[in-house]
Parts: sequence; structure tokens; C-alpha cells
Amino acid sequence: MAFENNVDIDHPVHDVRVEAMKNFEMKGFPTKKQEAWKYTSLNSLQKVDFSIFPKEVNALEYKDVKKYFLHEIDTYKIVFIDGIYSSFLSETTHDGVDICLMSSALTKPMYQPVIDVYFNKVASKDESLTTLNTAFSREGAYIYIPKNKMPKKPVEIVHFATGNEASLMLQPRNLIVVEENAELQIIERHQSLTSNEVLTNCVTEIFAGDNAIVDYYKVQNDTASSSLIDNTYIDQKDKSVVKVHTFSFGGKLTRNNLNFYQNGEYIDSTMKGVTILGEKQHVDHHTLVHHIEPNCESHQDYKGIYGENSTGVFNGKIIVDKVAQKTNAFQQNNNILVSDKATINTKPQLEIFADDVKCSHGCTIGQLDEEALFYLQSRGIPKKEARALLMYAFANNVLESVRIPELKTRINKLIANKLGVRLGFDL
Amino acid sequence: MLKINNLHAGVEGNEILNGINLEVNAGEVHAIMGPNGSGKSTLAAVIAGKEEFEVTEGTVALDGEDLEDYAPEERAHKGIFLSFQYPVEIPGVTVTNFMKTAINESRKAKGLEDMPANQMLKLIREKSELLDINRKFLSRSLNEGFSGGEKKRNEIFQMAMLNPKLAILDETDSGLDIDALRIVANGVNKLRSKDNAVIVITHYQRLLEYIVPDFVHVLHEGKIVKSGPKELALELEEKGYDWIKNEAVV
Repeated sequence: MAFENNVDIDHPVHDVRVEAMKNFEMKGFPTKKQEAWKYTSLNSLQKVDFSIFPKEVNALEYKDVKKYFLHEIDTYKIVFIDGIYSSFLSETTHDGVDICLMSSALTKPMYQPVIDVYFNKVASKDESLTTLNTAFSREGAYIYIPKNKMPKKPVEIVHFATGNEASLMLQPRNLIVVEENAELQIIERHQSLTSNEVLTNCVTEIFAGDNAIVDYYKVQNDTASSSLIDNTYIDQKDKSVVKVHTFSFGGKLTRNNLNFYQNGEYIDSTMKGVTILGEKQHVDHHTLVHHIEPNCESHQDYKGIYGENSTGVFNGKIIVDKVAQKTNAFQQNNNILVSDKATINTKPQLEIFADDVKCSHGCTIGQLDEEALFYLQSRGIPKKEARALLMYAFANNVLESVRIPELKTRINKLIANKLGVRLGFDL
Repeated sequence: MLKINNLHAGVEGNEILNGINLEVNAGEVHAIMGPNGSGKSTLAAVIAGKEEFEVTEGTVALDGEDLEDYAPEERAHKGIFLSFQYPVEIPGVTVTNFMKTAINESRKAKGLEDMPANQMLKLIREKSELLDINRKFLSRSLNEGFSGGEKKRNEIFQMAMLNPKLAILDETDSGLDIDALRIVANGVNKLRSKDNAVIVITHYQRLLEYIVPDFVHVLHEGKIVKSGPKELALELEEKGYDWIKNEAVV
């Protein structure tokens, strides 16, 4: 296909793409008629005439974009500007682990064994936006951590949009393989630098081998003209521990499709989210945990604060197969509506076919605790600040499991900022 | 300092306070005792300005100024402090950060700049030593996972930090063992001066052995039915509240 620069059309990936394209042509964009898209409409986005391949390449100075990186610590960086790899801003490695580019992995023979085993293996072959990405994507992060290895520092995957097109569509594709006993920490961010329209349709495949540990942090604090559809697929093997934290503070429309498949025993899958929205922002968290084998756990804890005209969706699906006995699956979604015009739709979806399981789910939509508000006011903190402080406390709780202290501080500050907390304090 | 005149207050049409009269002067300690449901905690909350309660009649005045139109935070800025019976847990906000916020908001209301960091640290150190609080405690989330004793000690620490004119201690003794009670009471006693006043609300006489009141008032069905010197507390302990209830009926 035309966009497969330097790709041998005999390469197996070519066939994968052709198949994916056929699927997308058949299905098209999802509509609100589909249950999974009932509360999220892509109509307004489809009206935009997006450029798929930017005509020119823009450069960025590190000092201008430094604030979007976790610059307090040293990290590996895989950075893209308008979908094109920026070697200038990146820091990749091949020192015992591969932290580099998808385009290299798809074209260089040395990576082919890994690509053959993992590429497009856990990503859906019939979800239309995933297949669209499979067909069109040509760049992204490729991370391969072999058995017993752990990179010296976390990896940041950052996508910048510079607005060189009036409207741009990006389709990054990440493949992350963490083998037996290996460990990895990733921070992912999509950041537009102008008010031009950007739509990102991202697909990430993660494979966690036996005893592997993966921490994935998604920082979503983009501009009001940026939309993100994130499709993350995770395949876990025995005793692996994968945690995904999603911090949704910005953007116009954000859809997170987070899918965990537990292909082993004694697996731990954790999903945590903090969503703080205002204006007309929309975030839709769709999670799926498929418990396929016995003795596994899953934990979900999503907290949302919705102000102004913002809208939120939480749809948490848990499937427990008949053989998956002794499953522990927990799901919690708590929301605070700060404005009369904000809405949240929250829906647990449990399909349990095993009989010896512990599953719990709970969702709340509420206001702030009046007694707590009075407590803070009685200490001289004005009502507005007291409310902000309580919301901060509500959201902050989710951060306990963030294992990079500098990131935790950053997110804390972002939350405080978002809520207008005058933190006369050091974090 | 505090003058309560014929105070009637309640929630959603149910009258809880039924004509309270009370005058507290600088330098005094008043104890308010009474059976459960007599309106003790309501009285404390109304003085502190809790919006849930509606004042239907009468006034609460501090230094001659009617407090009716003031929000809880404004009352705090004027020097009223309420130690809660059940302090609220605030995860993610440390004791230190909470105190910084509270003090600087009070200063802001008075048109002052934030307290300089070194001065703040010095104040925190002084007051935490006063209450035998160690540094680790100060960096924990406010009240989260605190024992009953720690919560109450923390309330008194906040009181020490904010240096109120009028402190109201609502059942500060409940849930405390004797050692914790002693520490808390000692803290309160060290903070007493001729310029401030304390109202101690309690069900039992025990706390009053440590914080000795100048006056004891007995609250029953939303009214002060008996006032007297500190010995009245002992008498109540001996005879129970039925004695007062019967007397009130007569």
C-alpha cells in the first residue's frame, strides 16, 4: 500500500494491513447506535477534513517543550512531531533492551521474529478504529525488554502536534513486549502545541510475560481542539502485574479503550483513573478485563470530577470464564458533579460464568461531604477553597500506586491546578 | 466576649435549641454538660456557623458583634475555633499543608501576606512540641488512619496553631484513654490565658478534672436548666442526669 514506505509488499505485515483495511471499509466509523458508543459521538470529528500525512516536517527546540517531559529525572524518550520521529528530542537504546521505533521494527529483518510473534496479535481484528490504525499506522514506539531485564530508567512516549496542517489525524502504533521476569515503566503523552484540530487514533499492544511487571501511565492533558481515541490491548501471562493509570484532564474528546486479557494464572491487572473535566470536554473510559484462567485478580478504581458542561462515561466490563475459578475482580467508579450541566454515565457490565469468584463493583455520583466542608471552613478556609481542597483529596487517593515519585508530584500539581487549589504547600 | 441571647435553632423545622442564654468572658472556662440529645453539639455547631442549622430566634454575638451573617470561615477569622467530636479525614493533604493553608487563608482575610516559611516552620515546631507530636505525624494525611487519641491531639494542635479567642471543645474526651486525655488537657491548659476563653462540652466529669471550669452549665432539651461552680459537675457525676431532668420538670 502506498503509505508503506520502504516496506516489502511480500512482508507479512502487508497482508495484515490489507485485511485490516478491508475490515474498516466494511465497518466504517462507530456510531451511537452501537452500544459501546452510545454516549460518545464521533460525528463532529468525521466532519473535519483531516490530513493524514503532514506535508512538511517541523522541528521543536527542547527548551520549548521541556515542560511536557518528566524532566526532573532521566528518561528514555521516543518523541514524534506530527507523527514523524524526532531523533533530536529522543533518547533510544539498544543496550540489552530495545527502546526504539516501530518503523524500524517493521522493516528491519533483525526484529522480524518479534514482529511475527506479537504484532497485531492482541489488538482487535474487528474493532473498526483499531483496524483503521492497523491499516494506516506507520510509526510509534517499539519496546522489547528481554527476559530478566529492566531498563535503567522509565520510557516516555510523547507525540507533539505543531499545527502545520489545519487539521491533522495521527495514528501511532506501539508494540511493547516485556518478557519473563522483566520490568518496564512507561509514560505516554499526546500534546498539541497549537489550536489547530488534531485527532489521534492510537493503538498500543502490550505483552507481559511470566512474572513481568509493567507500569503504564497515560497523561491526557491536551488542548481543547485535540481528540484522542486510545486503544490499548494487554496480554498477560502467569503472575505478571500490569498497572495502567489514566490521568484525563484535558482534550476535547477522549475515548480510552483499555482491554486486559489474562492468559495465565495468578495475574494482577490494575486500572486506575483520575478524570477532571470542565468546559465542554468529554472523556469515555471503556475498560474490559477478561479473566480467562483461574486464580487471578483485577482492580479498577476510577474517580471523576465533572464541572461546567463536561460529560463523562465509565463502562467497565468484566468477563469471568467458566474455568476462571477463584477470580477476584473489583471495580469502583466514584464521581463528583460540580455543575448542574455536567453529566456522567456509569455502567458496570459483569459477565460471570464461574461460580467460585469474588466480584464487586460500585459506582457513586455525588456531591461533596457537607460535614467535611464545614470542618475546613471552621478552620478559616473559605468555602470555594475548601471545596477545591476536598476534590483534591478525593482525586488524590488514586495516586498512591504511582511508583515514580516525580510523576506523582507532577500529577498532584496538575490536579491542584485543575481544581484551583491554592496549595500554599510543597508537594 | 461571647454573648448568647435567647437562642433558638434547629434543623428543618425541628427546634433543637430552645432559648439558650450564656455569657462567656475572657479568661474563663465554661463547661457545658448534659445527656445525649440535649443539644450540646448543636450549640457548638451553631456558634461555629454550620449552615445546616437555622437560627430562628435570638442572637450569638462575639465582642458585641452579631455573628448571624458570617460564614464559618469568617467566624474562624474572628477567633472562633471548634474542636470536632469526629474530625474529618482528608487524604492527600498533610497536617502541615493543611495548617499552612488554614493560617494563610486567615491572614489573607485580614489583608496580610502569607506567613514566611521559616516563621511557619518555627510555629509548627513550637506547637507540636507543646502537644508532644512528632515530626512524622505532621507529614501524614490529615486524620487519615489516625487513632481516636491522635485525632483529638491533632485538633488541639490546630487550635494551638490558630490561637483562637474562643475555643469550643466538643466531646474532646470521647474515645480517649487516660494518657491521651492528660496530654490533650495539658495542651489546652497551656494555651489558656486572660485574653481567651474555652467552652468544654462533655458528657462526663472526667475531663473537667484536668481542665478545671469556672462555671458548669447543664443543658437539657435545648435549654440551660442549671448553672453553678465546678462542684456541680461532681454532683452530676454522682446523681446522674435524671436528677436535673426531674428538677427541670418541677
